[in-house]
Amino acid sequence: MALPQAKQTATEDRLAVLTMPDAGCTRKAREAALSRLREMGLPSRRDEYWKYTRPDTLTTAQAPHAALFVSDEQMMFHEFDRLKIVFIDGVFSPEESDELSLEGVSIDRLEDICCKDIHWAKELYGVLEEAGQTPVQRPLATLNTAFATDGVAIHVKGKPSKPISLIYRHASETSDAILHHVIRVESGAEVTILENGPAASRFNKCMEIDIADGGKLHHIRAQGRDHQRRAATHMFTRLGRESVYKSFTLTVNGVLTRNEQVIELTGDDAIAHVAGACVGDGDFHHDDTVFVTHDAVNCESRQVFKKVLRNGATGVFQGKILVKEGAQKTDGYQISQSLLLDEDSQFLAKPELEIYADDVACSHGSTSGAIDETALFYLRSRGVPVKEATNMLTLAFLAEAVVEIEDSEVAEKIVNRLEDWLARRS
Amino acid sequence: MAALDQTQVKEGVDQETVDAVREAGTYKYGWETDIEMEYAPKGVNPDIVRLISEKNEEPEWMTEWRLAAFERWTKKEEPTWAMVHYPPIDFQDQYYYARPKSMEEKPKSLDEVDPKLLATYEKLGIPLKEQMILAGVEGAENMPAEGRKVAVDAVFDSVSVGTTFQAELKEAGVIFCSISEAIKEHPELVKKYLGTVVPVSDNFYATLNSAVFSDGSFVYIPPGVRCPMELSTYFRINAENTGQFERTLIIADKGSYVSYLEGCTAPQRDTAQLHAAVVEIIVEEDAEVKYSTVQNWYPGDENGKGGIYNFVTKRADCRGDRSKVMWTQVETGSAVTWKYPSCILRGNESQGEFYSIAIANNYQQADTGTKMVHLGKNTKSRIVSKGISAGKAQNTYRGLVSMHPKAKDSRNYTQCDSLLIGDKCGAHTVPYIEVRNNSSRVEHEATTSKVDDDQLFYCRQRGMDEEEAVALVVNGFCKDVLQALPMEFAMEAQQLVAISLEGSVG
Repeated sequence: MALPQAKQTATEDRLAVLTMPDAGCTRKAREAALSRLREMGLPSRRDEYWKYTRPDTLTTAQAPHAALFVSDEQMMFHEFDRLKIVFIDGVFSPEESDELSLEGVSIDRLEDICCKDIHWAKELYGVLEEAGQTPVQRPLATLNTAFATDGVAIHVKGKPSKPISLIYRHASETSDAILHHVIRVESGAEVTILENGPAASRFNKCMEIDIADGGKLHHIRAQGRDHQRRAATHMFTRLGRESVYKSFTLTVNGVLTRNEQVIELTGDDAIAHVAGACVGDGDFHHDDTVFVTHDAVNCESRQVFKKVLRNGATGVFQGKILVKEGAQKTDGYQISQSLLLDEDSQFLAKPELEIYADDVACSHGSTSGAIDETALFYLRSRGVPVKEATNMLTLAFLAEAVVEIEDSEVAEKIVNRLEDWLARRS
Repeated sequence: MAALDQTQVKEGVDQETVDAVREAGTYKYGWETDIEMEYAPKGVNPDIVRLISEKNEEPEWMTEWRLAAFERWTKKEEPTWAMVHYPPIDFQDQYYYARPKSMEEKPKSLDEVDPKLLATYEKLGIPLKEQMILAGVEGAENMPAEGRKVAVDAVFDSVSVGTTFQAELKEAGVIFCSISEAIKEHPELVKKYLGTVVPVSDNFYATLNSAVFSDGSFVYIPPGVRCPMELSTYFRINAENTGQFERTLIIADKGSYVSYLEGCTAPQRDTAQLHAAVVEIIVEEDAEVKYSTVQNWYPGDENGKGGIYNFVTKRADCRGDRSKVMWTQVETGSAVTWKYPSCILRGNESQGEFYSIAIANNYQQADTGTKMVHLGKNTKSRIVSKGISAGKAQNTYRGLVSMHPKAKDSRNYTQCDSLLIGDKCGAHTVPYIEVRNNSSRVEHEATTSKVDDDQLFYCRQRGMDEEEAVALVVNGFCKDVLQALPMEFAMEAQQLVAISLEGSVG
């Protein structure tokens, strides 16, 4: 079907300012992605999948201006022993990064893969992204596959001694970064990936993760505080038998964030947990879009998303559990909740279930409302001042998402950030 | 206790019904009335629209209204977002008007109605004689005489056959008649309200209905009146290749109350038939309307052949403060269902409720749910939806709860449960939740599960066969909704739940 004229024009306008990097072994995937993109067009606000989030500023030819956020605050995870890989405005910084070597892992830059004709990442680059295009199209990820300028390929063969930390710094007020990472976790291997920082004025990130049988990947992300930054991220994850994927995202401010998680459980007994806590103020729009497909027996998936919104902030949650025919004994759970701290904020949700197998237990819940007056009264009657009591209840509300993090040290850091946010806003 | 009820129901079914069920597979209303019909030419165009208007002896303004709707319909696209799949419908290969020849001269009273038509409704258990109580309803004869009265408007293909208890209702000030009659007799009311809840161009099927609706029911309850009996419309599709497009308009004026029942059946045929109705309800200050439906259109055979395509737009507008509307539906029939009875909660402290059981067996597809649009302060809504899928059926709950910025201190509770019987069917939930103020509370819960083995085992152990046990468990699963139904319907619905699932186990 031909694209509507407006969509086609918008797509071509965007493509006109992009150049495909000299692509090496990823060339085929990039060219295929470009033609797929031309077929589907970039998202517009009339698309059902973008019903609650306006994609216009994510698709314009030039990235909107975003002032740098200046603060003497240390970046997240700074005190951790980790392997640092730093990108400034989407460009790898060898000076600030550690040497890319760690026992049990091999790390290549996308640039290096491109120079080689044969590389394991060739089997993955753009593959999970393409598979994740049905039944719902994700054109921004396709654009990423075609035009990503940097990124890393991480091959995990053992159990590295420290986490791999991807740090995204924002230095220019008009930067437009497109990063694409591919990660393969081999059978029995285990890794923790940390991500943090505002990245760029506009950030388009795609991560393809392939976890082989029995592999484990923990992912913790803290999206930077720059108020005017925009981000559209996609994580495509494929899980093999008895593998584990756990992901947690903290978002504190940012004018526009759309985080998509596309998870496919393809091996029996696999486990996927995704969680998120976000706190937003004023001109803040945060969208979590999650699509979990169960295509194997006895798998478990869990989605826990909590949003605290105030001064006109908007929170969006679109979550789906798809249980394919034959995916018996599935345990699917999904909860999305928002706490609206004032009259102007809003929460828009579309929690979906699509189930084609009978021996399953799937449930989802979604709630929205203000601080519980009874609980507030209880605390106040015991002498807690109203601000403190509100903060306490807000933190308790968010805690249900934070407990999804297995590493207590990381969880503590996240809680600290949330406390800081509350303290700043009180 | 529930087990006892189940047995009683089974014993109460007479031999004739048992035979009918055997003959018709599991659909007992699949027979056809052999009656001479008069058709408008096939297809839809302005001439057909004019013809329908002419047959109903409508005033000029109504004809114009229809023609304007038709004009808009030609520019509209068929919706494709629902999770239902069916071959494209050829809208020009349908009859849009069919009436029994004997209805050419409108009968002045029920005594003049063609005996064949009366017999049809009698066979369906719908009495068109006022001295008769609703037949086929277990336990009804034990109720006090006053409580049993149900006024019926019977619609056969495109025309209303007759309306019972009109005189008695008139005494109370209630107007209950066919909509074609209302257009002639009460044009001021029809003009004031028609199309104000479901606008002419609301959606593809509602627009088509606005152009070609042939008949339907009209209810007006004057201020302060509690309708002395339940009102009911029974829709029967009989003619082949004929679409039924009925329009219902219910107005509950200030402080009034009415309970309205709707039933539908159709003969068993190989070709799919179209049914596109519009129901509009206006609820003024302090008024209350209960609208209950048992939708049992022919669902198609076990291979998915034939059946009714049911594309229905139903909406209630709670205009006045403290007004209340309650939708209850039991959806067991139709090959394809596309139906979202909705509530616009405009008045402060108005309330909307939606209770639904949707059962899909064999190749049936149901995409149904509700919209609760909260506009007024302190408004409340409650959604309880139970979807049951068996065979190769697909069942989708699709709903919207929207809290507008001005709908302060409002409340919504939604519970959607799905039950799967067999591993070839599907159950889906697509809720939209939009909260635009913080003093409102919205809660949504949904679960999907299969019939619990322990419960089945328990029933089997006590001597029930598997089919009976499943029916009992499913009835238990639907209890919240069955309890919201008026007594007459609750009994029928319980039986229907069991019948619709026949052949789904084993």
